[in-house]
Amino acid sequence: MTIELSDAQLVERCRADDAAAWNELVERFSRYVYAIAARVYRLPDHQADDVFQDVFARTYERLGSLRDDAAIRAWIAQLTRNACVDQLRAGAREEPVEEPAGEHVDEALERLGEALDVQEALRALSGDCREVLDRFFARDESYRTIGEALDLPAGTIASRISRCLGKLREQLEGRTTEVGASGGR
Amino acid sequence: MQPYDEERLGELLGLLPPAPAGWVRAAQELPAARAGLDEIVERARADAEFRARLVADLEAALALAGYEPSSELLDAVRARLPELG
Repeated sequence: MTIELSDAQLVERCRADDAAAWNELVERFSRYVYAIAARVYRLPDHQADDVFQDVFARTYERLGSLRDDAAIRAWIAQLTRNACVDQLRAGAREEPVEEPAGEHVDEALERLGEALDVQEALRALSGDCREVLDRFFARDESYRTIGEALDLPAGTIASRISRCLGKLREQLEGRTTEVGASGGR
Repeated sequence: MQPYDEERLGELLGLLPPAPAGWVRAAQELPAARAGLDEIVERARADAEFRARLVADLEAALALAGYEPSSELLDAVRARLPELG
């Protein structure tokens, strides 16, 4: 079983030039950065790709200046937000575009933050559960596609999803209880 | 705080689809790419013959030195060594 590193531990290892930690950091935040660029700011693919690479390049370059390692998520969100606004303004020179309102962005980022908490809890589940939940909900695959990929009868996919959602909920509620009992992370 | 019922969990899982694999790979390769770039720049500053080859034909010189002359690498080398033009 692999030991799950906290965000702060991961940042500390990246600073020590640990290549595996950098790969994990990119993997951990890749969906978040992508969702902010493509869904919140609705950038087309080529601009979202530029934002994505720019955010991780800045993260790599400036990791040493991060004051609180545990704040990496908020820091990456702000970097992404700034990069998206820069892209929109650069594009606006050719064609006028409307920037999403600040409160809309704040609200959307809060929802994505919750989604990232769920992703974090998902990493604590078995590989089978992670895969079936990710395929069905995040990749939007049908029972049939999932069944073929995992070599399972399509009829058992629904029950596996339900069982795994139950485990995910237990995992999240356990975390909430721990946080409540300890007064925070 | 809202309870984590099945519907809400499904909705939250759906908010974070995977980023395109090529984007993730490129970001993961960033430290190695930066290290390669530093190596090229140091060598160009220390080795006049290598520098002359870069000025004459950047793409060919990089390929000859064992680097994959992608457009990103060519742009990055030009940005670090403006004398290459």
